[in-house]
Amino acid sequence: MTLVLSEKMDAFLSELDVPSNDIQSNVIERVKGMDFPTTRDEYWKYTRVGKISNTKFTNTSTTSADIDVQSHLISDNYIIIENGKIRSDISQINNDFEVNYTSATAVNHLVNLNDNDVFTALNAGLFDQAITIKIAANQTIEKPLQLVFLSTGERVMANNRILIDSGKSSAAALVVSTISQGANSCFNNTITEVNVAENAHLTIHKIQNESASNLSISTEQVKQAKNSTFKINTFTLTGLLIRNNINIAVAGENCETYMNGAIVSSGKQHVDNHTYVDHQVPNCYSNENYKYVMDDHSNGVFNGRVIVQKDAQVINAYQNNGNILLSDNASINSKPELEIYADDVKCSHGSTTGQLDESALFYLQTRGISLANAKKLLVSAFIGEVIRSTENEAVTQLIERLLQTEYGWDFS
Amino acid sequence: MSKVLLDIKNLHAEIEDEGKAILKGLNLTVKAGEIHAVMGPNGAGKSTLASVVAGKDGYEVTDGSVNMDGIDLLDLDPDERAKEGLFLAFQYPIEIPGVSNINFLRTAINEIRDYRKDEPMSAKEFMALVREKSKLVELDSKLASRSVNEGFSGGEKKRNEIFQMAMLDPKVAFLDETDSGLDIDALRVVAAGVNKLKSENNAVIIITHYQRLLDYIIPDFVHVLADGKIVKTGDKSLALELEEKGYDWLTEEKTV
Repeated sequence: MTLVLSEKMDAFLSELDVPSNDIQSNVIERVKGMDFPTTRDEYWKYTRVGKISNTKFTNTSTTSADIDVQSHLISDNYIIIENGKIRSDISQINNDFEVNYTSATAVNHLVNLNDNDVFTALNAGLFDQAITIKIAANQTIEKPLQLVFLSTGERVMANNRILIDSGKSSAAALVVSTISQGANSCFNNTITEVNVAENAHLTIHKIQNESASNLSISTEQVKQAKNSTFKINTFTLTGLLIRNNINIAVAGENCETYMNGAIVSSGKQHVDNHTYVDHQVPNCYSNENYKYVMDDHSNGVFNGRVIVQKDAQVINAYQNNGNILLSDNASINSKPELEIYADDVKCSHGSTTGQLDESALFYLQTRGISLANAKKLLVSAFIGEVIRSTENEAVTQLIERLLQTEYGWDFS
Repeated sequence: MSKVLLDIKNLHAEIEDEGKAILKGLNLTVKAGEIHAVMGPNGAGKSTLASVVAGKDGYEVTDGSVNMDGIDLLDLDPDERAKEGLFLAFQYPIEIPGVSNINFLRTAINEIRDYRKDEPMSAKEFMALVREKSKLVELDSKLASRSVNEGFSGGEKKRNEIFQMAMLDPKVAFLDETDSGLDIDALRVVAAGVNKLKSENNAVIIITHYQRLLDYIIPDFVHVLADGKIVKTGDKSLALELEEKGYDWLTEEKTV
């Protein structure tokens, strides 16, 4: 078989170091025959990846000595990953979670994962060490494990690979912070695989607070076994291009699935959330609520796909996407995709886009609140619903504090 | 002689998009310590008067002036007018889900204090004030911490307006049909609240259709607003006369 090599991909790969093992060099050989998606691909219709594909990233940066992530930490159990490299020297982990770092050669199913997606393949071919996290069966862990993905330097590509395995009847939460320290045009390419075992409860809080020039594509591949509950909350504050793919296969009965998102964008930010819930079996519940607040020239994309398979009866699936445009130049593309093949289901979706309520703004102004502060109050109220839904006071407080820092919004 | 707090001269205003004149040369002078009632038929411009003075978008002032205690209000944004001491109790108070009464009032009070170069109010001081003022209109303290007007009954919304007025302590307060939608008990409570807030240093302008409210809040002057102008001014007996005779005799008298 001959590969048609893509010049664009060649250029993209030219400054990237491939780990020296057969598995990953084979993956990269295959990547050379792949191309980046364009807006002609339905899955990428509203998101151009030119800012990624036209940049020559490196992945050989040295580690920084003066890292300060304290203001982002909400747990004393944390792992810091700088530019895709695990910084065990400044991480602090206890025994609540079983954490291991494994190289590509130890993760045997690696190359089978979603072969056709170029970013997944790039991640497979380039990641340094995967972080495997196990939550023991029957264990309830109070404090979350926090993963801090830190970008430093210029044009650095970080390939992060996480495997989460929550054991039978366990309950735990993870906080995944993506942040920057003096980073410019860095690219985070993150793949997270999650197995939620029977009767397990797992929550992931994603907090995206990268530098204004950073790019990020992250994918969660989740599989739920029966009687399990999985929640994922995504908070996007900053970053130039953010694409989040959440794919959840609900493979066992009596599962609950929650997806919440709060997105705040300004400048020329582009934030794209693609969610996909595959209800394969009967008697499950899923609920999704994404809210965007968009200012300046920023763009938003929401694509919420729900499939209810033929024999998956008695499914309740709810989806809501609410958007506020603060500027005439901001835009959102919102697309609910419901595919229902069973007949005894309750599915609903709602998508609303508008501006702040003029009469409410005037009411607040007549009480002596300036227009700018009145807007902040209304925006905080709009998005506060999602922020308070974390059920974790420390996470809520962190996000409120970050929004205060980034946008001057007051939630007190 | 007490000083003039609000001086409206020859006010002309129209609806911005339609160019339709609503106020056509309105004059009104209100001194400290006074209560004025503005009555008039539907569509006379009563609510427009309150909206224009408060600075609502959608109206264009084509002539005249509005002066409050020496400040030209028409040059100011709505929040700056409030900071100068103007208050408007809405005919239809707006529901704002997710914004708590308490939070927004504290924001308002501290912004007003900052404008006047005063120290911000401490949380303790603020809560004491909330307790004191919510009693004034018998507003359940639970309502004070709920979202602004969300799920409030008609009466609770109106009491909340007077509660906010009490918290903000304005120089000049417009009460726009505060009596509408109130049963007689709620009307008494709201009126008692306004009477307690009334002092030698402030003034209240009541916009109403009915004489009913004026049994509880006794006005010093009653004005009849018809076709964008004040066409008659009298004392509280004028309100009783209007109740009896309606407005027709006034508009007819004018045309004769």
